[in-house]
Amino acid sequence: MKLNLVYFAWLKQSIGMGSEAVDTPANVATVNQLRDWLRSKGGGHGEAFGKDAVLRAAVNKAIVSDDHALQDGDEVAFFPPFTGG
Amino acid sequence: MIRVQAEDFDVGAELAALGRGNKKIGAVTSFVGLVRDLSDGSDVAAMTLEHYPGMTEAALRDIEAEARQRWQLEDVLIVHRHGKLEPGDRIVLVAVASSHRGMAFDACHFLIDWLKTKAPFWKLEATSQGERWVEAKSDDDQAAARWAKK
Repeated sequence: MKLNLVYFAWLKQSIGMGSEAVDTPANVATVNQLRDWLRSKGGGHGEAFGKDAVLRAAVNKAIVSDDHALQDGDEVAFFPPFTGG
Repeated sequence: MIRVQAEDFDVGAELAALGRGNKKIGAVTSFVGLVRDLSDGSDVAAMTLEHYPGMTEAALRDIEAEARQRWQLEDVLIVHRHGKLEPGDRIVLVAVASSHRGMAFDACHFLIDWLKTKAPFWKLEATSQGERWVEAKSDDDQAAARWAKK
């Protein structure tokens, strides 16, 4: 399925880009599976998603859990916990 | 009302405009967050606030709606800045107008605690040891957890 991915904070620096369009294989149906697939790509993705660090996800700009089912055309964002205020 | 902007804000003007003309208001409380020059033992020369345009506004609107549901508020304002800031600069303003001070204090405290853990902002500090992303603090989670519905 086609997804638009968005990254923030150190994740963006680690991967080397703020956003990208991807076409995922059929076995990627949830946020967790997407994360595993991105880690398996290696390089900056492998490093960023392989770290032992808390990462949160949002789909279409709303926070979701790891087992959230993805839909074709979704905007999926990955980021560390918020530090505003 | 919520605003996300790069520009500074005038606290006096913002408070004067809050609920202007509404004679039911008996109390206005506010919180202003500033950039400190010391963070976890390092000197901070500058701070850059990144955010998630679109989601930030939606999250702040949800936070305001949650406060209005919990307390009888006459007006609410959240202004949060993004971009590059320096020590002493204002980061965020939360202001609440209500009929009585109890609600106004509680709602203001709630709003800033909730905002810290629920609005998509990330701080990048420039220190003498280089740049580093600020890590979320468990204190902030605990502060937000105090407001969880029992």
